[in-house]
Amino acid sequence: MSKSAVENVDVSPVNKKENRAMFEKREKIQPKKARGDFRRLKWIIMGATLAVYYMTPWIRWDRGVNAPDQAVLVDLARERFYFFFIEIWPQEVYYITGLLIMAAVALFLVTALFGRAWCGYSCPQTVWTDLFIYVERLIEGDRNARLKLDKAPMSGSKFGKRLLKHSIWIVIGVLTGGAWVFYFADAPTLLKELVTLEAATIAYSSIAVLAAATYVFGGLMREQVCTYMCPWPRLQGAMVGDETLTVTYHGARGEPRGPHKKGTSWEDGGHCIDCNQCVAVCPMGIDIRDGLQMECITCALCIDACNDVMDKVDLPRGLISYDTYTGQFVTDPNKKLKVRLIRPRTIIYGLILALVGAIMLVTMLNRSILDVNVIRDRNPLFVTLSDGSIRNGYTVKILNKTHEARHYKIDIQGLNNAQSWLQVDGPRNHALTVTVPEDALSSVKLFISVPSADVPGKTQDIDVIVTDMESAETETQTTSFKGPDK
Amino acid sequence: MTENFEKDEFSGTQTTGHEWDGIKELDTPMPRWWLWTMYATIIWAIGYWIIMPAWPMVSSFTKGVIGYSSRGSLEQALADASAAHATDRAALVTMELSAVKDDARTYQYALQGGKSAFAVNCSQCHGSGAQGAPGFPNLNDDDWLWGGSVDKIYETVKYGIRSDHDETRLGEMPAFLDDELLTRPEISDVADYVLSLSQSNSDADAVARGKTVFVEECASCHGDKATGLREFGAPNLTDAIWFYGGDKKTIVRTISKGRANVMPAWVDRLDDSTIRQMTLFVHSLGGGE
Repeated sequence: MSKSAVENVDVSPVNKKENRAMFEKREKIQPKKARGDFRRLKWIIMGATLAVYYMTPWIRWDRGVNAPDQAVLVDLARERFYFFFIEIWPQEVYYITGLLIMAAVALFLVTALFGRAWCGYSCPQTVWTDLFIYVERLIEGDRNARLKLDKAPMSGSKFGKRLLKHSIWIVIGVLTGGAWVFYFADAPTLLKELVTLEAATIAYSSIAVLAAATYVFGGLMREQVCTYMCPWPRLQGAMVGDETLTVTYHGARGEPRGPHKKGTSWEDGGHCIDCNQCVAVCPMGIDIRDGLQMECITCALCIDACNDVMDKVDLPRGLISYDTYTGQFVTDPNKKLKVRLIRPRTIIYGLILALVGAIMLVTMLNRSILDVNVIRDRNPLFVTLSDGSIRNGYTVKILNKTHEARHYKIDIQGLNNAQSWLQVDGPRNHALTVTVPEDALSSVKLFISVPSADVPGKTQDIDVIVTDMESAETETQTTSFKGPDK
Repeated sequence: MTENFEKDEFSGTQTTGHEWDGIKELDTPMPRWWLWTMYATIIWAIGYWIIMPAWPMVSSFTKGVIGYSSRGSLEQALADASAAHATDRAALVTMELSAVKDDARTYQYALQGGKSAFAVNCSQCHGSGAQGAPGFPNLNDDDWLWGGSVDKIYETVKYGIRSDHDETRLGEMPAFLDDELLTRPEISDVADYVLSLSQSNSDADAVARGKTVFVEECASCHGDKATGLREFGAPNLTDAIWFYGGDKKTIVRTISKGRANVMPAWVDRLDDSTIRQMTLFVHSLGGGE
């Protein structure tokens, strides 16, 4: 079997902690293209996440008349958040809090199990940087070509390549910001407005800000965002344990590293031939052989690169692979990977996740479509009328969360001979019926007057019962009726 | 001095030449972004001086090319706010007052505007909840001296009561003792009679005597049955609501000295729209007729 010799790359891990000097200009990282299973997985995840991001606003979801038919919509003007079958009003913002808690705990769980899988595969910073590097590679070629181009003096061809690259980056940025605004308005309408230059200024400025952020973060700053700006790498140490699966260099097997002459025995040295391929492909500019480090986003591209090399030198794969902390001391390359996924830490994270999810589900299922608030007048507390009866005033707020107008009836319990009427507009409404338009809050004035003989005294608890005349759903609010001292 | 400059071997940076107890200060350059930010703010400041009012002079200041002033900006904001109301205001003043209720938008506009206009102009006497005080009627109840329909309230708010306006509502409670129209015992009897109209426990003899006096002296304004007369703003004396107080001492004082509280005419101070807003607001408080 003849294998091509492994190229030894002259590369230095520039983002390695010891190599980063303060006040020094950042050295650009030009990652080499990796080939292998993890690279393929990353392409798939990139495609899937980008598809989710770009397609979601275009999914339609029929909610009947009087409601938007966009599946995911943050309707700031009308103060609603729509997510498929869920509709959240501003006062129900705790559902979003719940979702964020679940997202955080899920992130903890994934980190405890697989290290920084989020960072390496699905974080927008990673996905977009990967996309930007892909564009860069298409135009300027792979690592060596790019290094050469960097060193070359400015010429027509270099300028053209640079111009093309940055232009495509900016287009990607604009498309990124452009997709974002569709989450906040009806997507087809907004798209039409955007192209005919009729959309709101805020839409254009949001696109501009996000386009700039995408271009700067994905094209120019890249790994610096992860290393310097993101808090997550600094927090992850709290979730990662000895049994966490993470990208690991098997030092015990690889060391002492050094060049290996074809045909000679492997007895004298470790399996690492120090070809630096793992460093060359690293988008973070580190050397995985230094062990687990804060800068590593566990994108696993070094695994692909090293496996490639191991194939070429006829050694078993897995000198760099997903393994636990203890796994790196194993010298036998054929030893089976032993992982304990279920352990106290993951059980606790899982339980918290299930608990929050269950609370969310229960509250969601019991979510009322009617909300009533009764506020009694406090100035004046009560009014004496000509015939000596005592009148109290209340503001009744009825929230109709359905998408059609509903009729409600108000009943009062706890008073004798009470006379009540609503003052909406027009004459007094003694039938105590209110019509609330769809998806709206109506505020009506309720007056209750009690003949002086029946006034219960200084204060008396009463119930105001609001009944939905269509669904018979009721909501009771307890308030009080006040009168003078007897 | 210069010979003190040296390169620090760890950082590769020059020192400033300053040394304190063996500690040397590095001459570390400012971060680039920081410098650029500072330069940008300097350029911004120069532009600001040219565009906006900036430098104080002896008796004035540099005005800036766009002629901005905070007073002008306030006036503009007020004018804008006023312009934003123009349509609703125009609708309100052209409509029949009693018909405003049928126009939901204008009615809501009037109630909200009336609420704040009431707080600014009326609450000093009538109270922040329009609950009134002795001598200042409670506007929540169903007892109206001059009438409780929107048109009547509108007229009252517009021209006031015993105000200096020509159209003002006018009614007079004479000072029966001071003007020597009644004697003290007669006044006491009338007070007993008036009290008996709304309360049961009274001195029957005094009530009988008082009734004679009432029919002679008081019925012309308060009515034969003492239920009041709105043309004169004469209160109903048989109900549970007392304008100045319902104890005998206060009633005696009212009859003896007379009462003449004043409500100003708002037509000279506020525009028609605001008066209409206040009218509709007062009418909506629960006692409107």
